[in-house]
Amino acid sequence: MAFRAAVITFPGSNCDRDMAVAIERASGSAPLRVWHADAELPERLDFIALPGGFSYGDYLRSGAMAANSPVMRGVKEQAERGVPVLGVCNGFQVLTEAGLLPGALMRNASQNFICRTVALTVENSQSLFTGGYDQGQTIRIPVAHHDGNYFADEDTLDRLEGEGRVAFRYAENCNGSRRDIAGVLNAAGNVLGMMPHPERAVDTAHGGTDGLALFEGAMRTLADA
Amino acid sequence: MATVESAITPEVVEQHGLSPEEYERVLNALGREPNLVELGIFSVMWSEHCSYKSSRLHLKKLPTEAPWVICGPGENAGVIDIGDGQAAIFKMESHNHPSYIEPYQGAATGVGGILRDVFTMGARPVANANALRFGRPEHPKMQHLVKGVVSGIGGYGNCVGVPTVAGETNFHPAYDGNILVNAMTVGVADTDKIFYSAATGVGNPIVYVGSKTGRDGIHGATMASADFEEDADAKRPTVQVGDPFTEKLLIEACLELMATDAIVAIQDMGAAGLTSSSVEMATNGKAGIRLDMNKVPCREEGMTPYEMMLSESQERMLMVLKPGKEEMAAAIFEKWELDFAVIGEVTDTRHMVLEFDGEVVCDIPLGPLAADAPEYDRPYLSKDDYTAWAGIKPMQQRPDTSDVGGDVMKLLASPHLSSRRWIAEQYDSQVGADTLQTGGDAGVVRVHGTKKALAITTDCTPRYVHADPYEGGKQAIAEAYRNLCAVGARPLAVTNCLNFANPQRPEIMSQFVHALEGMGAACRELDFPIVSGNVSLYNESKATGGGSAILPTPAIGGVGLIDDYATMMTMPFKAEGEAIYLIRAEHWATPDPERSHLGKSLWLSEIHGRDEGRTPPTDLTVEKNAGKIVLQLIADGLVSAVHDVSDGGLAIALAEMAMAGGIGAEVEWHQDYTQAQWWFGEDQGRYVVTVPDTDALNAALAKGTEDDETASIGFRRIGRTGGNTLFGNSIDAMRAAHHSFFADWMEG
Repeated sequence: MAFRAAVITFPGSNCDRDMAVAIERASGSAPLRVWHADAELPERLDFIALPGGFSYGDYLRSGAMAANSPVMRGVKEQAERGVPVLGVCNGFQVLTEAGLLPGALMRNASQNFICRTVALTVENSQSLFTGGYDQGQTIRIPVAHHDGNYFADEDTLDRLEGEGRVAFRYAENCNGSRRDIAGVLNAAGNVLGMMPHPERAVDTAHGGTDGLALFEGAMRTLADA
Repeated sequence: MATVESAITPEVVEQHGLSPEEYERVLNALGREPNLVELGIFSVMWSEHCSYKSSRLHLKKLPTEAPWVICGPGENAGVIDIGDGQAAIFKMESHNHPSYIEPYQGAATGVGGILRDVFTMGARPVANANALRFGRPEHPKMQHLVKGVVSGIGGYGNCVGVPTVAGETNFHPAYDGNILVNAMTVGVADTDKIFYSAATGVGNPIVYVGSKTGRDGIHGATMASADFEEDADAKRPTVQVGDPFTEKLLIEACLELMATDAIVAIQDMGAAGLTSSSVEMATNGKAGIRLDMNKVPCREEGMTPYEMMLSESQERMLMVLKPGKEEMAAAIFEKWELDFAVIGEVTDTRHMVLEFDGEVVCDIPLGPLAADAPEYDRPYLSKDDYTAWAGIKPMQQRPDTSDVGGDVMKLLASPHLSSRRWIAEQYDSQVGADTLQTGGDAGVVRVHGTKKALAITTDCTPRYVHADPYEGGKQAIAEAYRNLCAVGARPLAVTNCLNFANPQRPEIMSQFVHALEGMGAACRELDFPIVSGNVSLYNESKATGGGSAILPTPAIGGVGLIDDYATMMTMPFKAEGEAIYLIRAEHWATPDPERSHLGKSLWLSEIHGRDEGRTPPTDLTVEKNAGKIVLQLIADGLVSAVHDVSDGGLAIALAEMAMAGGIGAEVEWHQDYTQAQWWFGEDQGRYVVTVPDTDALNAALAKGTEDDETASIGFRRIGRTGGNTLFGNSIDAMRAAHHSFFADWMEG
């Protein structure tokens, strides 16, 4: 059966198309495009993606308003049932605001927006999303954000590290994130939030394809399950 | 006709920026005294910004046509055919005065305005570019201005999700009191889905969509049409405030509606807001317009028709719909949470009629407002008189250098040639996942879902234009052409943003007229028409003491097409041991004893503190043929890296290629020239290329010698790539110097 993924578009999302292209490249099936005001998320999804952008213009706090959007009720329900959820950049911010992931994304330490291809270390290659990488592998993925400075209290950070929930770390910290954290998993391992944009590194024309293994790895794991 | 407000006094006329003669013209056009609403409308429509009254006469002389041009100047943006039923739509616009007053919002709304000009025509914006001129870095305001402008451009472009892929930044004391912020947008549309502004169909509804109208930006167009006084800060309230989130929604809503067949005409509300959009739509449609001002969505209670007509609130559009489509269109805008209001209708009166509270508050014949607006043939100095006025002379004494490596390091660390990474990284250059190249000679974006790619560059060398407006105008076009060829793109067309000082000064008007002549000559010779543009005059400031004019800055935005992006070329050295060639005219094989080859060069000003000499001449035949050859070499796979030679000369071109590739080179000096001339002269029409297989190159050249065009262009082998040094400097040391200026200035 065809891979059934959904990409959610909030007002102000701007990486939704890029995410859909990457998922289709990896899975061979075009994902469903879901508008945030649709209270009913389609059922029987294999994968849900919250894309990057500036939902609601980052007004109030990045991701805060989207986290209360009607469609998020469905995302939470399906996440609790184990459906994989990937949030990239603003999608990560939405997941923390929605309480699906711990911590918060604060303004970059430099105070400036930063767009740069950075080196990441794969900290956990055993998760649903990172099975396409080797443990400790260095990959190069672009970041583009103003609020990517990951913060959580020390106890939470210790717990994340202890439970292997730090998925990616910056090889060189570009935004002030605590413990260089670039991406985190939920306790069950089916929700990943990350600031770097894997969907911008899936095509040789992008200058690198290190993001493709994330999508392909996840699709493969799901197909085997 | 209701009597609105008080009588019109000469003071009121003057406050509206109209001369006594122009007011006389208003009286004749109306056959009576205007009321305040009407005076306000004449004031903005006849402002330099909207009427082009000082420039129109000369703009008409520019070449604007080619077989691939679908729509030239006159609409919101220019449109060119890029094959397969697709078009590229683009334009560049200035937001200079607002950006000096309030840099973040000024620059942000500049980006917002140019985006609207492009998606108004049915295009999805795919790339942004910019051209920025700042004053001396040590000027007390400059750091604040640079930070504000850069974060404003990023804040807007990043949020709407359009990648910023190209740009240029200069520093010069002439911009101390009047910086330049020019923003460019390129979009892609289907050729059968291009939307124009002509309002037609008597009785068709006129619809207002987007944000509500507030009191911001009233008289922005008039402000942009006058010199800066000492009270620049007091004008802060005339700067508009941007909301990129609303713009993003507006883009999506407009494109969704454009996919249906509901729209007759559409126009964004930019400078002079509702006034210029409605007047232009009605004028272009040879129709009339009636608006009910009570229906205009307003942000505040109690706004008057005068304020509504002159507001420059952002993120608003005006449309004419086909009858019966209102409900369907309203539903789309409702989904995107945007205002939608039918505010009037198209008429056949050729008049603009505004009603408010049941009374007519404005009734103006459209002819005098737009098509018959004042047009001036302002006096200007001849070329010789200008040269004398500007004090331009051939260089008398020609310095040389014995430390090329040391000079390279100084130049790389100078504001002019320093790395722009601090700026570029604040822009999302990759959103859309179609960006193929930034930071090289041109930005390149893939046309989504195709093998095609668009190359985009912004260029102008104001110090050249100042020393010789005609040659400088030519050079700006030629450099854009060269930058496009260097990435393997066929140059197709240009947009421009003509930034000059007060046109009522004959020396400034001389700059304008002659720069335009030079641009026109270059565009004609290079088959590179001008399809859109914007004029920004009165760029001078008394704020810094004295009526200091900016350098004449006709910024060029060039667009080219790559048929298959797999053939795209880049500038970094690719491998060790590759031959390096300089491509240039055969007749420049030896120096011209008449010329210093160092006039107006950055080397001369940075190393010797001398701003002297003449602008390097641009030979358009050489440019054309060299460009053709470079494109052929790229298509044939004979070169592995290409970079044009511009600011800083050959040595800097080589240094940039080495730093980008992380590979050094051994290079040789051509001893007929002095070291300074050879390494730092800014002769035009030149490229540096690397060649992996010289036998293949020679074989290809041997075949081409019968072609006159090929024969006129010479190749000189100047060295080979390899090692990790260039001119005795390590790559790491050069990179450190290159990044030092912004790092020290902004983070130090």
